[in-house]
Amino acid sequence: MTGGHTDADISRRVRRLETLLEDRGIVAGAALDETLDAFLSGASPANGARVVARAWTDADFRTRLLADGTSAVAELGLSAGGVQPQRLRVVENTPDTHNVVVCTLCSCYPVRLLGPSPSWYKSEAYRSRVVREPRAVLEEFGVRLPDATRITVWDSTSETRYMVLPMRPSGTSHLDEPALARLVPRNALIGTAVL
Amino acid sequence: MARINDVGGLQGFGPIDTADDTEPFHADWEARVFALNSALIAGKVYNLDEFRDAIESMAPADYLAASYYERWFFAIRTLLERKGVIEAGELDV
Repeated sequence: MTGGHTDADISRRVRRLETLLEDRGIVAGAALDETLDAFLSGASPANGARVVARAWTDADFRTRLLADGTSAVAELGLSAGGVQPQRLRVVENTPDTHNVVVCTLCSCYPVRLLGPSPSWYKSEAYRSRVVREPRAVLEEFGVRLPDATRITVWDSTSETRYMVLPMRPSGTSHLDEPALARLVPRNALIGTAVL
Repeated sequence: MARINDVGGLQGFGPIDTADDTEPFHADWEARVFALNSALIAGKVYNLDEFRDAIESMAPADYLAASYYERWFFAIRTLLERKGVIEAGELDV
């Protein structure tokens, strides 16, 4: 969706705003570049995958993670991220229950753990539909769950972010933590993929 | 009254573009808007709740016609004008 402005129009206005704010001493161009670099380098689904792999291999950590996600990921030097502190709640998939995360109001998301959010997560289509027909939405992502599986949809808020703890795949008992982490794609942490 | 951003459960938005999955920004200006907003919040020009409210207060037709970062840019301009940091129309030269 592109809206009423052409890309060139809006691009010019954004540059104009940046110049005005720099001239008025409100922002510094170099600081903006640093902000972007820090965002793009510090926010990665590898962080969430590392949390998952730790939970799969350390039962005590898993218990702490499910009880208080914020504190547990802080043990690994991580947080949900964002410009203001947020609580992290980790929800666990089981053979009977599948979890999926949305922000119906906008785009709240544990960005540091999952990396920059995909465009579909921010789309009206995903936000409106996943709470009404999660099974149909998951099928659009190629995820077919048994009819008996209960699906729980978690709606994020400005205070609480969610991350899914996927089930550890069978046949992985020989793998160490870094190898396990490599099995976990970002969508498995949102709940739109299964392992 | 529900605002237009409160789309949970609404019907009619069609299929999800699951292929639009990897690029955080689709154009340079989107990245600049993202960085500007972070800097303005960090500099306490406005806070995150004001920013969110500015997006959620958009006229429904404007909200639905705008892309994600067009909404951000609209909200930034709205708040900066409201706080007297820039004047209306100042970006249109």
